[in-house]
Amino acid sequence: MLNVGKLNEGVVLDHIEAGRSMDLYRYLKLDKMDCCVAIIKNAHSNKMGKKDIIKVECPIDQLDLNVLGFIDHRITVNIIQHGEIVSKKELSLPKQLVNIIHCKNPRCITSIEQGLDQIFFLADEEKEIYRCRYCEEKYRSSRKKK
Amino acid sequence: MIHSTQIEVLCHPYSEEDIMRHLMSPLDFSVEELNDLLDLANDIEAHPDKYAHICAGKKLATLFYEPSTRTRLSFEAAMLNLGGSVLGFSTADSSSAAKGESVADTIRIVSCYADICAMRHPKEGAPLVASTKSRIPVINAGDGGHQHPTQTLTDLLTIRSLKGELGNFTIGLCGDLKFGRTVHSLIQALIRYPNINFILISPEELRIPDNIREDVLIRNHQNFAEVVRLEDAIPHLDLLYMTRVQKERFFNEEDYVRMKDFYILDREKMKLARPDMMILHPLPRVNEISVEVDDDPRAAYFRQAQYGVYVRMALILTLLEVKVC
Repeated sequence: MLNVGKLNEGVVLDHIEAGRSMDLYRYLKLDKMDCCVAIIKNAHSNKMGKKDIIKVECPIDQLDLNVLGFIDHRITVNIIQHGEIVSKKELSLPKQLVNIIHCKNPRCITSIEQGLDQIFFLADEEKEIYRCRYCEEKYRSSRKKK
Repeated sequence: MIHSTQIEVLCHPYSEEDIMRHLMSPLDFSVEELNDLLDLANDIEAHPDKYAHICAGKKLATLFYEPSTRTRLSFEAAMLNLGGSVLGFSTADSSSAAKGESVADTIRIVSCYADICAMRHPKEGAPLVASTKSRIPVINAGDGGHQHPTQTLTDLLTIRSLKGELGNFTIGLCGDLKFGRTVHSLIQALIRYPNINFILISPEELRIPDNIREDVLIRNHQNFAEVVRLEDAIPHLDLLYMTRVQKERFFNEEDYVRMKDFYILDREKMKLARPDMMILHPLPRVNEISVEVDDDPRAAYFRQAQYGVYVRMALILTLLEVKVC
C-alpha cells in the first residue's frame, strides 16, 4: 500500500480519470512551479474503479484551477489549510482559455504570428463550444458529460 | 532640430487612455451607429464638394497582404476624395512580411506613418491582432475567409439606397457560402433588421459554416432555408446576392475546378425572377453572372461598387472622428 503524507496547505485533485493526471500536470503548469507535487496513478476507487489523484502543496492562489472545468468538471477539488479540507471547489467552464488549446485552422493568424497567445472564448456554454478569438474556429470540449 | 518629446508626440497621436475605434466586424457598430454611417454616406453622395478637403493632411495606409484591386482602390479613392493622401503596399512580397516581420510589428511602425489603416490579410484574425497593437484605427479590409465588414457596409448602403429600407425582404445568397467572407459578414449584419428571410444557395461542399448557421441564424431565430438549385429559389427573392467561387481559398485545384461553374446566372434564369429583384455581387465576378445580365435593370452590382466608395469615405470620417462644420 502506497502512502503519501497529508498536505498542510494546498489542493488535492481527486477523482481524476485514470491516466489523465499527467495531462492535468501540464495544463496546470505544475512543471513550472517550485512546490511539492504528488501524482498517484491508478489508485483504487469504489466509484470509478481506478482513478488518479494529484496533491499540490502551495498557496491556493498560485494555481489557476479554472482550467479544470474545461478538462473535466467531475474532478473533486479539495482545498486544504492547516492539514484539513476547508472547502470543495465547484468547477464550471471558464469563459476564456489562454494557451490551453491551440487553433487547428491553417488559415488562422495564430498559425504564423510569433508570440501570439492562443485565446479561445466560450461561445456556447450548453454545447460546451469554444471558438478561437481570431478566426472563430470551433473547439468542442473533450470532457465527458455528467 | 526636433526635440525627442516632439518625436514622441508625432509617433503617438493617441494617448493610452484614448478609446480608439476599429472596424473588425459589422457588429462593431450598433444599428443606430450604422444608420448614422449610412446617412453620412448618402450625404457624401449628395454633396461631394462639402467633403472634398475635409481630410487634408491625413494619411491612410493600405496594408494589403494579398491581391485586391477593387477594395484597395475603393479605399484609396475614398481617402483621395476626402482630400487626404494614401501610402501602403499591395502584396505581401513588397512588404516586410516577406522578410518575416510579424503583423504586430508592422502595425506598430505604420502607426508612426499614418492616421488610419486598412488591412487585408490572407490569415483570419490578422487585422484583430493589428488592432490590439495599433495606435491608429484599423479597418479590416478582409481576412481570409472570415470577415469583410466594409463590403457589408457597402451592401447595406446599396440595399437601403435602392430598396428604401433595411428589412422586410427575402434575400438569396448564392455560391461559395463556405469561404465567402462577404456572405458571413452580411448575414451577421442583416439579422439585426426586421423580417428578413434568408435562402442559402450553395453546393453541399460549400455550405454556410456552422458558426454562422448555429451561432448566428439559429440562435437568433432567423428564418432560413438551404437549397442547392438556384432555379428553385430565384422566384421567391427580393434580392439575389451572387458570390464567386474563390480559387485562392482551395487547397486542392481539382475541387476548385469542379465547383467554379456550379452557378451561372443568365437571362434564362432571370426570367424566373421577380421584375424588381435586385442582383448584388461583391465583385470581381468570373463566370457566375453572365455578361448578358449586365444590361438588365435589376443588375445593381456596378452601382454597388460606387456605393462602396461613399461608405468607405463615411467610415474614414467616423473612425477619425472628423466632423463637417
